[in-house]
Formats: sequence, C-alpha cells, structure tokens
Amino acid sequence: MNVIEAENLVKSFGKIKALDGISFKVKKGQVFGFLGPNGAGKTTTVRILTGIIKPDSGKARINGFDVVNETIKAKQSIGVLPEISNAYLDLTAWQNLMLIASLYGMQKDEAEKRAEELLREFGIYERRNTRVRGFSKGMKQRLMLCMALISDPEIVFLDEPTSGLDVQSARMIRGKVLSIAKEKTVFLTSHNMDEVNLLCDEVAIISKGRLVTVDTPERLKSRVGGSIAIEVSFGGKSELRVDEMNVVKYGDKYVIYTTNPYQTICRIVDFAKQNNVEIISINTRTPTLEDAFLKLLEVEK
Amino acid sequence: MKCLAIAKKDILMYYLKGPVVIFGILLPLFLFLAFWIGRNLPLDFLVAGLLAMTVFFASTSVSPVVAPWEGQMRTLERLMACPISVSTIIFGDIIASITFGIGIAIVPLLLGMAFGLSFSFVVLVGIVLAAFCFSCLGLLFSSFPTNMPSTVMMISSLVRFPLIFISGIFIPIQSLPSWGKTISLLSPLTYFTDIARASLGMSSFLPVYLDFLALIAFSGLFLILAIKLHERALLSRL
Repeated sequence: MNVIEAENLVKSFGKIKALDGISFKVKKGQVFGFLGPNGAGKTTTVRILTGIIKPDSGKARINGFDVVNETIKAKQSIGVLPEISNAYLDLTAWQNLMLIASLYGMQKDEAEKRAEELLREFGIYERRNTRVRGFSKGMKQRLMLCMALISDPEIVFLDEPTSGLDVQSARMIRGKVLSIAKEKTVFLTSHNMDEVNLLCDEVAIISKGRLVTVDTPERLKSRVGGSIAIEVSFGGKSELRVDEMNVVKYGDKYVIYTTNPYQTICRIVDFAKQNNVEIISINTRTPTLEDAFLKLLEVEK
Repeated sequence: MKCLAIAKKDILMYYLKGPVVIFGILLPLFLFLAFWIGRNLPLDFLVAGLLAMTVFFASTSVSPVVAPWEGQMRTLERLMACPISVSTIIFGDIIASITFGIGIAIVPLLLGMAFGLSFSFVVLVGIVLAAFCFSCLGLLFSSFPTNMPSTVMMISSLVRFPLIFISGIFIPIQSLPSWGKTISLLSPLTYFTDIARASLGMSSFLPVYLDFLALIAFSGLFLILAIKLHERALLSRL
C-alpha cells in the first residue's frame, strides 16, 4: 500500500522552476531517502507533501488524502521535522510539546502521557520545565523530533535531521530514527550518504527539480561502472592518466572504479614507475552511495 | 479548539512580557496627558478618549508583529506543518490580541470609576467588539510580506497615529468641519470613541446601533482581507 504518492509535481518561484514534474511512491513501513544537491528541490517537495505550500500542478496524496484539497486530513497522519525550524525559545520543552499536541487535537491526558514517554526516551525529561533558549543544538533537535512524534503519526517527514549536529548528537538522532523506522513510514532527506545508506530501504535522487532515479541503496551502488573502487594518492604533483579508466579526483586522491582490480592496480603502479612518482597509499573498497550519487548527478549534467 | 492553543502560545510568548504590558498602558496615558494638560476639557470626555485609545493601542500593539516574528524565529514552518489552516492561526492571534486589549482596557475603566464616572453596560460590549475590530486591523498590518517586525511596526504607526487625530478623541467630531466629519467616518476608532462617550451619558455623533454596525462591518472587512493576504504572504515568510 502506498502511503505517499507524488504525481508530476511542478512548482515555480518566479522564473525559477523548483520542481519539474516529480513523481514517486512510498510504501507503508518504508524508509524512503530523498537525496539531492543544495537547491535541487528537496525542501520544496517536503513542503508540498506536508501541505505547507501548494504545487502549481500535479497531485500529492498522503494516506490517500489530497494534500491540496484535504490538507488537514492529510496533515493529521504525519509528523514533521522541518529542516530550518525552531521550537519556541521562550516556552519550555513541555509547553512546546503541549502546543503541538493541542494543534493535533490530542486530549490533555493522552498528550501528557505521550510527552513524558518521548522526553524520557530522548533524554530531556529532566529539562522539561527549562526554556528552550537554554538548550544546546542537539537538545533542541531532540525536542523537535519529540514534537514531530507527539501525535504518534503513521508517517514521519525528517528534513535533514542531523544537519549541523555534533557527532554524538547526530549518532543519537540516527539511532532514534532507526527505532522510529521499525514502526512508521519515514521520508528522510539528508546530505549524509552514510545515514541514507544505513537507514533507507529505497532512495530517490533529485537534481534541478527532476527525479534522476529511484532505487535501493545497494542497486544504486552497483550502477557505478564496476564493483570495486580503488583509492590512490601520490607524493608530489602528479595527474593520474590511465587510458580507458574512469578516474575521479577527490582532493589529493584519485578514485578508479573497476571490475578488474588486479589489472587496474598494475596499471597504476606502471604509471607511478613511468612518471617517477611515489605512491603514498592505495586502497580498495566497494563503491559507496556517495559514489553512486555523484556519478548519477554527473550523468544528469 | 486549536485556535485557543495558538492564542495561549501568543500570550505566553509575546504578550506576557513586562515591557509589552507597561507600554500598552503608558503610551495611551502619555498621549492623553499631552492633550489634557493645559486644556479645560470635561473629565468624561477625556476618560472616554483615553479608553478608546487604550483599547486601540493595546489591540494593535503586538498583533502586527507576531507573524513576522514567527517567520524570523523559524517557528512558522513548524506551526504550518500541523493540521491547522492559516485562518486558525489568524483566529488564535486575534483571540490573544482581544484578551490583551480587554485586559488593558480595565485600567482606564477603573480610573474613570475612581473619578466618580459611571459607565453603562454598553461600554463592555463596545470594548469586546472594538478589541476584535482593532485586532483584525493589527493582523491586516502583519500581512505585509516581510519577516522584519520593524517594517511592520513602521507601517502600523503610519496608519495608527493619523487615525487617533481623525477619530474624535481629542476634538469632538461634532465640532469638525464637514470634510473632517467625512474623513472621521473612515476610521473604526471613531465608532468606538462614540460608543464610549454614549456609555458615559454624553451625546454621541451617531446612533449607538450604527456605531456597532460600523465596527462589525470594519471587523469583517479587516478579517477577510487579513486571511487572504496572510495566505499569500506565507510563502515569503518561510
């Protein structure tokens, strides 16, 4: 059963076309990753799906409810963690949660029980009566996640949930997302490929308002022209040129995607000998989702 | 009622701040003193004017800046992701503003009573309706598509202060020239000032029922315009 459906969504801001006919479906219980470079249209898509803005054309449905004509019904079954958003800084964590619970029409007893559960689970119960102004960024994000979950929604939209967090807070949020994913449908946008790789059942890649592809993370990785990536760095200035090889430069490293690692390593060593350059390091690894992402965006260009 | 939750949030976040409450009382009081000192005006005329100004300033003091603040503080998107419409937010903002307007209006009412004046019941209905009307006007100011509260306050002040002078607060409308009388009819404050005077047994410029009808008409107009314009301004606030 599809719980999120987008059909040919188009949205423009003035002369800029933010979305140019996006279509995809998300099944119940899935963790759906939404990847794309900055300005690709990720947040616009999330805002349309969560009923915050209207598309110029196309349809979007949440749990079968049209987000334009049945906005309130569609919103009732979702919890949202917007990318650039704040809790009310001069309210306490508890007051923030009670506000959101009221806006979802929850009964007071039910809301208080759920708020206590969530605050305990996210480790901020002891600070429930503290104004949010005094919270660290990680604590604020945990509270925002509690606010997204207060109504016990069937579908959760998480727009860059770990963006700007320190490693410890990001890991904690990621762990929480994993536990949320066991019982809910999650729509996740992120720049963090490891995060998407770890959490998502299916990934959509968007670029310049168009959908590039939708596939599972493993299948996306296998699309990168070979199953092995060889990472090599040289001492001194040297530009690696090996015929018939797909070479990509990242900082002081070169990455070569190959189906024949032995032959490729031999050719790299030959190159080093011929050009009299020292190999500082050489590693083999399987292509990452990031490799797939960059490759697909390159093809799109 | 979801709009009550919005109203409670507004009161906790924006209205229950010392400077807001003090400013709500002091501004009309100082304006009142500025016009009273040195002029031999009857007390009931002045108290009615003070009451009108207080309700007007209190109901339009914070309501214009709530929306820009929410946009600037990045709380608007969080709010809009909840199952509520723009009109729920508007009604919540209006309820908070009315509550503040009525609360502050108690000060001049008590002051008038302390000076021995007695108000008729009609003033209470007038205060509620006027607070509603002025709150809708405040929400209309805030529909300007900006997240800068100072810009909205400038627009608000440009409209509010001239209204004070054409609404019969300091000069009775009856004594204005005919063009002045016509202009005064464009201000919703004129009608509440008239109600306040009538409630103290003074002669009113218009029949009181007409004052009420005018306030209802202005409220409806401001409310519809505010909802429409806020819906349009939403995108630019995100």
